[in-house]
Amino acid sequence: MAAPCVSCGAPLSYRLFLGGRVSFARRHGVWKAAAAELQIGAGSQILRLRHTTGVTTKKNVAALRRETYTVDFIKKQIEEFNIGKRHLANMMGEDPETFTQEDIDRAIAYLFPSGLFEKQARPIMKHPEQIFPKQRAVQWGEDGRPFHFLFYTGKQSYYSLMHETYGKLLDVEKRQNQLQAKGLFSENTKTKDLIGSRWLIKEELEDMLVEKLSDQDYAQFIRLLERLLTVQRDAEEEFVQQFRRSVTIQSKKQLIEPLQYDEQGMAFSTSEGKRKSARAKAVVYEHGSGRIKVNGIDYLLYFPVMQDREQLMFPFHFLDRLGKHDVTCTVAGGGPSSQAGAIRLAMAKALCSFVTEEEVEWMRQGARRGGSRWGRELSPRDLGTADHRPTRQGAEEAGPGGRPQEVHLEEALSAPTQAGRGDAGVCAHVRPTDGRDLPASVRACCGMVCF
Amino acid sequence: MGLRPPHCWGGGRGGNDGPGGYMWLGSLGDPGPRGCGDEDSTVPGDGCPRGPSRVLARIRERRRLMGHVSLAHSCFCGVSARFMEPYIFGSRLDQDIIDLEQTAVHLQLALNFTAHVAYRKGIILFVGRNRQFSHLIETMARDCGEYAHTRYFKGGLLTNAPLLLGPNVRLPDLIIFLHTLNNVFEPHVAVRDAAKMQIPTVGIVDTNCNPCLITYPVPGNDDSPPSVRLFCRLFQTTITRAKQKRRQMEALYRLQGQEGPGARGQGPAALPSLAA
Repeated sequence: MAAPCVSCGAPLSYRLFLGGRVSFARRHGVWKAAAAELQIGAGSQILRLRHTTGVTTKKNVAALRRETYTVDFIKKQIEEFNIGKRHLANMMGEDPETFTQEDIDRAIAYLFPSGLFEKQARPIMKHPEQIFPKQRAVQWGEDGRPFHFLFYTGKQSYYSLMHETYGKLLDVEKRQNQLQAKGLFSENTKTKDLIGSRWLIKEELEDMLVEKLSDQDYAQFIRLLERLLTVQRDAEEEFVQQFRRSVTIQSKKQLIEPLQYDEQGMAFSTSEGKRKSARAKAVVYEHGSGRIKVNGIDYLLYFPVMQDREQLMFPFHFLDRLGKHDVTCTVAGGGPSSQAGAIRLAMAKALCSFVTEEEVEWMRQGARRGGSRWGRELSPRDLGTADHRPTRQGAEEAGPGGRPQEVHLEEALSAPTQAGRGDAGVCAHVRPTDGRDLPASVRACCGMVCF
Repeated sequence: MGLRPPHCWGGGRGGNDGPGGYMWLGSLGDPGPRGCGDEDSTVPGDGCPRGPSRVLARIRERRRLMGHVSLAHSCFCGVSARFMEPYIFGSRLDQDIIDLEQTAVHLQLALNFTAHVAYRKGIILFVGRNRQFSHLIETMARDCGEYAHTRYFKGGLLTNAPLLLGPNVRLPDLIIFLHTLNNVFEPHVAVRDAAKMQIPTVGIVDTNCNPCLITYPVPGNDDSPPSVRLFCRLFQTTITRAKQKRRQMEALYRLQGQEGPGARGQGPAALPSLAA
């Protein structure tokens, strides 16, 4: 039988009592009235639904919208948490005084091992402030007068922030006008270095204000801050810094291998590369005539397919150093194409030692020029295939990226195949439709070395 | 149309042109004499401050009639214009000039009412949607300890307040409109909503506004900065003085209560209040 749901006060319809059997296994007094009625009518076979619930509990609509936790409730939860923490420490045989959150996490993972894949579904024991969402206390006093002067706007924190910021803007402008009037205004050229930081995002602002914002509100606020900064670059530093977050600059600078010198005094540089399951080590000599030996075998014989040899060629072609270097490399694992790709990466890295910094940067950005989409966020559609290559109409004939065949070197293709995603691997596994006339137009070349 | 009563004229043109080239008949000079003497007028038995607010209005009236700020607006042909006709003195060069004598009367009533509401600890909400003065109005509201709303007015803010603002929220007891129109030159939603929720309103109505739903309309210019600043200052002073008066009366009653607990039997709670 359907379990009664008293809290929702919804009438139940159950055709359970066919034959007039009544079960009195209910605890709720609510049903006594109903059951009594039913018993009276037990003679009749079919029972009609009677709305005779004694207590209709109406749901508190406001509470439905948002779980409101009272201050006392949260305080009680915090006390319970602290006591529980001490119990846990005792259980684990550790000192309750110095029991940190990491210890708690470890203890819980030990005591309640869970094989659930979803980490957030596993048992947790954290401070209540991290579990219960932050909420607003009641906004008005005993006499009903709200505390904040912008309460009746609905978004008091946000609008008061806008008000404050605008006030600061006016002050700054006034000060500048005064200085200008006195003639003391100097074009301050000290441009505050805002490069290492970004404006905080909408979610962070919402957390700060404990209030929901719309996108337009957020945009308006950022625009106001920008306006403040255009008026005066170093205006109200502490205030503005509240809304900036530092950005960890991903300085993936390529480690440039130092040059080594062999017995004849020839400079060479060694480096490694991988692609799929192939691992390669390449030694590039400074002077040479473009001979490449792979595992002791000449590359022409090791890679019968033209495409693989193109891969080997590409780093040199990119730097216009075809035929100027000798290479000896060893490779293992994977198939021919992935081995070619691995060697290509290894050679490119090794070449960095012979090349200037700008060219290294240029090589790094080789993938980005021409609208290449390597490293893009994959849409669910792209994720449909096993190797995440886009399966779109015209993808095959036109080569990767859907562009027609004649793509010059400088216009790197878009949508290369996903090469070595875990590693900074060589991007495209190019597949020119006809292997003619290389190196004049090295088709379908996506970036070089991507770090 | 070239009629101008002599006392409405100030000096020549002065001050800055408001937006849209509104005419200035005068400029803000030095502040007029403060307090023409009978500020501490006799306080009636129930402590209602009938005196100060009237005095206040008289001060301001005189100041304005000295031609400090002209209250004029460009000619507006619309439905609202018909409602504002009684308040318009005349027009010159396509500018409607508001009759300041009527304005004075209306302003006096409005300020008196505001003072009473503030005396009785009512919640006063300042509403205005002209973005030029938004900051000014909010600052003014904060300084007198009242509330302001110069932002986008959400639909059911007054009519659906329990949902939007909280279950047992107390609505404003008086709404003062510094601008009756919103940014699209339509009547502000709060005018109609306040009428629906039976909240009295005071509003500065310009020649393109509709004064019908406003309890205490005050015909005046709502577009020029000096004019808005004047009104802001007026309301601010009224409210602060009324609150002061209230505090004085409470202190007085408390003293009386201490001296003779059985004699009067009146504590500060005996003073009328809107909070109940």
